Amino acid sequence: MAGEALTASGYIKHHLQNLTYGKFPESHEQAGSWGFAHTAQEAKEMGFMAIHVDTMFFSILLGALFLFIFRKAAKSATEGVPGGLQNFVEWIIEFIDNSVRGSFTGKNPIVAPMALTLFVWILLMNLMDLVPVDWLPQVAGIVGSTVLGMDPHHVFFRVVPTTDPNATFGMSLAIFALTIFYGIKIKGIGGFMAELTMQPFEAKSIPMKVLLLPINFFLEFVGLISKPISLSLRLFGNLYAGEMIFILIALLFSSGIGLGIFAGVLQWAWAVFHILIVMLQAFIFMTLAVVYMEMAHHSH
Amino acid sequence: MNINLTLIGQSITFALFVWFCMKYIWPPVMGALEARRKEIADGLAAAERGQHEQELAEKRAVEHIKDAKGQASDIITQAQKRASEIVEEAKGDAKTEADRIVTGANAEIEQETNRAREQLRQEVVTLAIAGAEKVLKREVDKDAHASTLNDLATQL
Repeated sequence: MAGEALTASGYIKHHLQNLTYGKFPESHEQAGSWGFAHTAQEAKEMGFMAIHVDTMFFSILLGALFLFIFRKAAKSATEGVPGGLQNFVEWIIEFIDNSVRGSFTGKNPIVAPMALTLFVWILLMNLMDLVPVDWLPQVAGIVGSTVLGMDPHHVFFRVVPTTDPNATFGMSLAIFALTIFYGIKIKGIGGFMAELTMQPFEAKSIPMKVLLLPINFFLEFVGLISKPISLSLRLFGNLYAGEMIFILIALLFSSGIGLGIFAGVLQWAWAVFHILIVMLQAFIFMTLAVVYMEMAHHSH
Repeated sequence: MNINLTLIGQSITFALFVWFCMKYIWPPVMGALEARRKEIADGLAAAERGQHEQELAEKRAVEHIKDAKGQASDIITQAQKRASEIVEEAKGDAKTEADRIVTGANAEIEQETNRAREQLRQEVVTLAIAGAEKVLKREVDKDAHASTLNDLATQL
């Protein structure tokens, strides 16, 4: 928003750039030292040795909020008549417990708390999408320019962590690691490998098995790898698209009073619809994570 | 859209959150839920037991009342029986007493009659003797004819 060149594409690009803190590349004048990227190009050049400060900040803040509230309720949880907060927390936990029981038949104490964390955390992160797109970035711009002495145009700020593929991939890869760990732990390394190589095409004789092994492995490996990718891209894609539409609607505000009012109505309508997406995506992510854990526990 | 260290940071954050949730949130809440479920189940069972006991008590009470009624009517019957017995007894006693009195009276009357008769007889004898004495004063010796006179007196 702020800055001299306020074009539509500049506005959109600014909104889609994370606040990146990282190691400047060799070609840069500050090569080797760490600092905030001033442009999207700089952020890109930083490569892997960089971190999205806004994504980390909001995800940790919201996760801590979730854990704080739930811990508060859990600490004073009584078997007697529950209070308001305890009632709310119990309602969510029972909901998660029921859906986990519905799709997970094994015995693993990590699955239900993982599902609870995933659902509430993703829901909170997704809900950040409903905050009008300019509010928090503007605040960040002011803070950045007055406190840190940065050019407000260079203070990038994305408030929805789930529109950052790093966040969604971070979660899905952790789940992927868990499924592989439990898959090997439950079925043994042999059983795990057999599952990767002996199906879907099954054969009786050894030569046929060996013959079918590459095909089976290819198919199963693609299936295995596609799980975390689809899991994270689904969440990322939905939220990214939702945010993009909010940004496009926000562009209309600067196009005269008539379009501004129209944009207000549109923003409200999209926000209402987006509540559904926000809940649904959090629930789908949680359910699929539980299903993947179930698949890791039982041979199919 | 760059993939960078954030990926690893997010994975670690996620793992820590799951660990915290598994350690400090899930168990106490589920424990409370489980304990409440058990308490409710116990309460329902106790309520059912109480109702059952109440039904039994009611049944027992009805039986008690029936018993008491039976006993009361028994007692009344016995009392009536006893009363009529007492009346009968009293009647019998009275009758015996009356009979005894009548008998006694009769005996006394007879006695009195006999005594009076005896007295009368004596008097008649005395009178007859007196009359006879007067008649026989001269010719009959009182001592010599005493047996004859006595015979005479008994025949009277």
